[in-house]
Amino acid sequence: MVALETQNLTLTYGESLIIDQLNLQIPKGKITVLIGSNGCGKSTLLRSMARLLKPKEGNILLDGQAIATTPTKEIAKRLAILPQSPTAPEGLTVQQLVKQGRYPHQNWLKQWTTEDEAMVNEALESTGMTELKDRAVDSLSGGQRQRAWIAMTLAQGTETILLDEPTTYLDMTHQVEVLDILFELNQTQKRTIIMVLHDLNLACRYADHIVALKDKTVYAQGHPTETITPDTVRAVFSMDAEIIPDPIYGTPMCIPYSRGRIGRKGGTQPHAHHVAISTAVGQFA
Amino acid sequence: MKKQLVIRNESFSFLLERKTLLTTTILAILTFAAFVVSIGTGEMYISPINVIKTLFGAGEKQYELVIETFRLPRILVALLIGAALSVSGSILQGIIRNPLASPDIVGITHGASVAAVGLLTLFPTVSVFWLPPVTLIGAGVVAAIIYLLAWKDGVTPIRLVLIGVGIKEVMAAITSLLVVTSPIYLTPKVQIWITGTVYGSNWENVSVLLPWVILMLILTMMYGRTVNVLQLGDDIAAGVGSPVSRHRLILLFFSVALAGAAIAIGGAISFVGLLGPHIARKLVGPSFGGLLPVSAMVGALIVMLSDLIGRTAFSPLDLPVGIFTSAIGAPFFIYLLFKNRNQ
Ligand SMILES: Nc1ncnc2c1ncn2[C@@H]1O[C@H](COP(=O)(O)OP(=O)(O)OP(=O)(O)O)[C@@H](O)[C@H]1O
Ligand SMILES: [Mg+2]
Repeated sequence: MVALETQNLTLTYGESLIIDQLNLQIPKGKITVLIGSNGCGKSTLLRSMARLLKPKEGNILLDGQAIATTPTKEIAKRLAILPQSPTAPEGLTVQQLVKQGRYPHQNWLKQWTTEDEAMVNEALESTGMTELKDRAVDSLSGGQRQRAWIAMTLAQGTETILLDEPTTYLDMTHQVEVLDILFELNQTQKRTIIMVLHDLNLACRYADHIVALKDKTVYAQGHPTETITPDTVRAVFSMDAEIIPDPIYGTPMCIPYSRGRIGRKGGTQPHAHHVAISTAVGQFA
Repeated sequence: MKKQLVIRNESFSFLLERKTLLTTTILAILTFAAFVVSIGTGEMYISPINVIKTLFGAGEKQYELVIETFRLPRILVALLIGAALSVSGSILQGIIRNPLASPDIVGITHGASVAAVGLLTLFPTVSVFWLPPVTLIGAGVVAAIIYLLAWKDGVTPIRLVLIGVGIKEVMAAITSLLVVTSPIYLTPKVQIWITGTVYGSNWENVSVLLPWVILMLILTMMYGRTVNVLQLGDDIAAGVGSPVSRHRLILLFFSVALAGAAIAIGGAISFVGLLGPHIARKLVGPSFGGLLPVSAMVGALIVMLSDLIGRTAFSPLDLPVGIFTSAIGAPFFIYLLFKNRNQ
């Protein structure tokens, strides 16, 4: 089953071509993670899939239906997006923010139905924000703030959720916490989650499907164990790396080579060995 | 006690913050008190009891004349202008997402000024009856120009502000040019209009302004939840299903319709559209459902009290209300600039 599909999708900013003739299918009910180097067009692709950016050419289908011809409010009932680093006006409370997620389900006379209330409370609960619901968003820590925004996205009650780097600015604990919330939603409610992540190790741990972007198109895609290989990392991030199984979960873990700390205990001269080492990847496949 | 009150039945449902309800009630009482005191104050003092009696048609004849012919229309106009300017500013600050936006800072007021001053100086013989419609049209035309110039695959808040500020300077220059090149005997009249005054307001003004302002306030209220999502940014608003450009245009229209009408009757009263929403946000936060009534009342209070000072403090001189709104507003604007300098 396909949740989102792009057909010959071409995206541009003015004259500059960002995505070229892309055909991509995002599986339904799965967690898909977009990866790629800075500026390669991940946010651009995500925004266009959420109809925030009009394609230059091509189509985007949500559950088989072209989004260009679907009323925006209808899409909002089926797909939610959390863009990169949003900001809330000063003094807006968490609950007021989360309530905005109900926008597509409301009208000017019905602004707080029992369903609205239930969805908002559930979103606050699952993000652990219930205690903080009367606090101003701008008075929260980065992690709490991000959870408030995620709660707003959840309150929209959509089957598909797009998130652009939901873990940026968060410390390790909060990164894992946010991803666990999303994982939980995916597991218990079968929601389709599509997100951009920069941490390859976390991407591999949580993703069912990885899409690696390079040169205006998809370089590789599939299950993390098949996709995240030294070749992919070298091609997509121009970087030599060793891929070993994550000691806890067995998912691929990427250890980049660098010039740092050569000669320290256990450190090796990178280029002398990396070809031999990278063949060891097969061990967990 | 719970912080919120839920009003809900089959056909409508709302979530109200108790704090906002309380603030709204207190402000309503204050506004009414200021209204009564304002009506009672002047060359002939009338006690609040007598004012209220007269308002309900049970007063003495002598009071009736003073109140109904002179004071009441003027004070009602002050109240309506204050509410209109303040709500206009609230809408702009919401859709432009900038606490420094207001009709007199993004050029709408100056567009209205060019139209009005043009009429006063170039056609001094034309009846003043034409001043309000011409002014309103001026505000609308300039807003449309700003909007079109800012258009490029949609209108972003920052482009609206930059173009608005640019247009404002052009409009201010044209206004100065009109004033300087006009016959000297017209200058005081024009200057008073530019400062803004509710002197000589009559029932006709009230009967035009009242239904218009009420209609616009109701329409704005209906779009309150849209202002709320626009405040979160274009991507968020579009993501939850608001057709952003269309909604911004509609709300801009309400804002211009309110400010334009206020300026058409009262002249270029400045800073109310900045000050009112700001105080309101400090009181009840940025959520528009509560912000709208509160900023309307704060604006009404500012203009009503400024006019009260203007017509009594330097009696027998009756000073234009705009002097006092500027006297409070200008330092406040500088303070805001100072506070926001790092953003
Ligand atoms: N509004 C814009 N106008 C013009 N060019 C843009 C705009 N937004 C992004 N770009 C350019 O498009 C390219 C892709 O940007 P995009 O934000 O999609 O990258 P990204 O993969 O999300 O990067 P990052 O990992 O840094 O978030 C970049 O080269 C960027 O400079
Ligand atoms: Mg990005």
